[in-house]
Amino acid sequence: MDNTNQRVKTLDKVAVRFSGDSGDGMQLAGNIFTNVSAGLGNSVSTFPDYPAEIRAPQGSLGGVSGFQVSIGIGVHTPGDKCDVLVAMNPAALKQNVKFLKPGGVIIIDADSFTEEGLRKARFTTDDPIAELGITAQVLEVPVTSMTRAALTDSGMDNKAILKCRNIFALGLICWLFDRPVESAIAMIRKKFAKKPAIAEANSTVISAGYDYGHNIHAGVSTYKIETEPIKPGVYTDVKGNEATAWGLIMAAEKSGLPLFLGSYPITPATDILHELAKRKDLGVKACQMEDEIAGVCSAIGASFAGNLAATSTSGPGLALKGEAIGLAVMAELPLVVIDVQRGGPSTGLPTKTEQTDLAQALYGRNGESPLAVVAPVSPTDCFNMAFEASRIAIRHMTPVILLSDAFIGNGSSAWRIPEADEYPAIDPRFVPADLREGWTPYMRDEASLSRYWAIPGTPGLMHRLGGLEKNMQTGAISTDPANHAKMVEIRREKIARIADDIPMQEVKCDSPEADTLLIGWGGTYGHLYDAAEELNRQGKKVALAQFRYINPLPANTGEIFSRYKRFIVAELNTGQFADYLQARFPQYEFHRINKVEGQPFMVEEVVDKVNQILSKAQ
Amino acid sequence: MESNATTYKPGDFKSDQPVRWCAGCGDHAVLNSLHKTMADLGIAPEMTAVISGIGCSSRLPYYMNTYGFHTIHGRGAAIATGFKVANPAMTVWQISGDGDGLAIGGNHFIHAVRRNVDINMVLLNNRIYGLTKGQYSPTSARGFVSKSSPYGTTEDPFIPAELVFGARGNFFARSIDVDLATTREVMLAGARHKGTSVIEILQNCVIFNNGIHAAVTDKEYRADRTIHLRDGEKMLFGKDNDKGIVADGFNLKAVTLGQDGYTIDDVLVHDPHTQSNFLHQQLAMMDGTDLPMAVGVIRDVDSPVYDREVSAQIEQVKAKKGFSTLRDMLLAGDTWTVN
Repeated sequence: MDNTNQRVKTLDKVAVRFSGDSGDGMQLAGNIFTNVSAGLGNSVSTFPDYPAEIRAPQGSLGGVSGFQVSIGIGVHTPGDKCDVLVAMNPAALKQNVKFLKPGGVIIIDADSFTEEGLRKARFTTDDPIAELGITAQVLEVPVTSMTRAALTDSGMDNKAILKCRNIFALGLICWLFDRPVESAIAMIRKKFAKKPAIAEANSTVISAGYDYGHNIHAGVSTYKIETEPIKPGVYTDVKGNEATAWGLIMAAEKSGLPLFLGSYPITPATDILHELAKRKDLGVKACQMEDEIAGVCSAIGASFAGNLAATSTSGPGLALKGEAIGLAVMAELPLVVIDVQRGGPSTGLPTKTEQTDLAQALYGRNGESPLAVVAPVSPTDCFNMAFEASRIAIRHMTPVILLSDAFIGNGSSAWRIPEADEYPAIDPRFVPADLREGWTPYMRDEASLSRYWAIPGTPGLMHRLGGLEKNMQTGAISTDPANHAKMVEIRREKIARIADDIPMQEVKCDSPEADTLLIGWGGTYGHLYDAAEELNRQGKKVALAQFRYINPLPANTGEIFSRYKRFIVAELNTGQFADYLQARFPQYEFHRINKVEGQPFMVEEVVDKVNQILSKAQ
Repeated sequence: MESNATTYKPGDFKSDQPVRWCAGCGDHAVLNSLHKTMADLGIAPEMTAVISGIGCSSRLPYYMNTYGFHTIHGRGAAIATGFKVANPAMTVWQISGDGDGLAIGGNHFIHAVRRNVDINMVLLNNRIYGLTKGQYSPTSARGFVSKSSPYGTTEDPFIPAELVFGARGNFFARSIDVDLATTREVMLAGARHKGTSVIEILQNCVIFNNGIHAAVTDKEYRADRTIHLRDGEKMLFGKDNDKGIVADGFNLKAVTLGQDGYTIDDVLVHDPHTQSNFLHQQLAMMDGTDLPMAVGVIRDVDSPVYDREVSAQIEQVKAKKGFSTLRDMLLAGDTWTVN
């Protein structure tokens, strides 16, 4: 270990991975680091990677939880791999060393590398570094004993002291990356405002970690991270699921409708329920119902009653909600259905990310039951698209499925708090005054084909809705074949016409010479964007179209496709969006890049696969 | 909506749709009773919503000139819950049957009762699936022969009242489809009760289960095999009103006044408002064999109401935090400013 020669690297971005037992507080350490960095003007992107078990046996391989954060400029993803890996025990090292970049640095808690620790992590020798074939620089820090020493006089018991280990490691990382420890302390004090003793202990420990790094001049590079000029405003750190919740609230404010959420806890969507339950302070009615079906059904009841109504879930829950969503299609009521996708099928990989629910969202109901599908592309875009899903639902009187995923739902970014007038007003299509006389429930706005919304409590507009097919004129039950055919067609056309009310599709990394269009949708944007940039750096003329509006597709989609020679659809499933596009644009061949491992793409693998496709095409 | 001078007639609550139940179906009487009850209540049609699931009885909303929603099988209680929470000013009725409410919708039923959301559930119990043409239901007796149980069922039924008490229900009443006066009485009491009111109506399916309740409900026996419970009154029954219910240890016993030394003083007085549901449950479980089946309001107890509690909590939290917009709330959190 070289103790004398401190080197400072200036980097445009850097990724740190905190790993330890599920109970070690790696996420908290990572979050504080993220927020401190964002406060310095870095772009940030985070990705928690945690096991389905809440507390698997301590020190076991199954209990390892990770939290990766990328900071700097031009950060679009949490990084394929990390520059610095913090491993709080042997199991964490074993599980996470594969995420370390060549030339990266590992920091381990040397105190946890005991015979017992090694045995629990199923090491067979007493030299874990050699056993894993690690050649990277390893900084062995006695985190546990240093934490204990820092808190000798605190009066805390051993168990409470050990809970502060994560913050010692955080202090060390703050030193390594030149983060002001004062900002971190301010966040710790806020986080533990109701537990002053814990706040005090963690403040002591973070300083101890920081000073330790400083004093030993830890023999690794220290980093200075570039900041980038960003749009002036007030910023906060936001997780995708929070942003989704806030987007719904913004839509409620802009439409003047009360917000109702009916939900049932399910990983990885539950944080939306948590956030909206807190937002009683803004008048949100968030009801935890008895099951997934009751979640969506209570929302449909609330929608009939005149609220902006939403339900939040993940894939298995969407399956349970299918019949009820069909009712909302038939009754033509606004409804926002949020699916934070996870690995499937069945219970699958509950804490991992996939894009495997697209087909379910598009087609997973009985009968011809079209609805709108949208997908946010990043944690902050969850806000925009939750707003958009609400706007489309209200303006077009239809259920809308928002396909988020575990990666962007749990990931976070710095986000500028929108100004009061930044989002447009949403004008609900209440029954117009001149149509009240003789109004029937399926009278429609001519342009959009949306029916009108009569709010219970309004005199003169009493009406009955239901799942049975209705006569298009009178709204009474009808089994007339021609009427049914016509209603099926109207419901289809109504959704198709939403294309007139959504933004045009954008193309990134485009140039007049670009002949290949990389196509993605939803939460893979960061990785695909970085991949497209890298390909262009390599001289490949690849543009990127990342779709946020899936059904209907933006009106200019066909025109965009006409400009390119090759199409490559990259998605975290076996080709659901590619199939969807292929059916609509049979004149083009859509190449496919697919990954179904419960993990996000890596930029490098996308670049490689695009190159393979391009070389075959040559 | 109360205390305006408008009065309503049953006809104000009737829609223009032809009623499509079979001739002789018990649902017709229930529908008429509901129209009359709504007129008695005096709540405007536009302030009333009728929500149902699927089944013969669930067609009922189409026959109402109120806001109405004929939804999907079993989910009426969940949809009515969301509706009431979202728009608490509305008076909400939920119409369900033994299959819709207690089989496919059993989970929503017990949870709505547990939450005590202010909805009036009318449970039409004919102990059969009518719309699917004659399968046994969760209230069919063990051994019941139907198309899906040709050799008799091998399972015990739910007794709706028992389920309501198990779910800690605060209002339970019972009536018989043909007894219009009692149906109207219990519907009115249910509507006035704040919280979930479960109103079970023994209803005859003339096609697939004709006479299933006849042993209790036939005019010939009804006086002796049923007892009409009324708040504060002695539990008397029989053609000559000479029979009564008395306590026999922890059990109930039917006696004839003047026989075996029993006098009117021994007969229990009905109190639907007592907190303990012990006696209510025993009364509700009387089945018309050894003891007469109880009709009328059996339990009617005040308890916190879900939709009101939700609204009240929101007002409390709003007052405490004082945010008026999302932006206010966000600016009060962890933020930093970029100039």
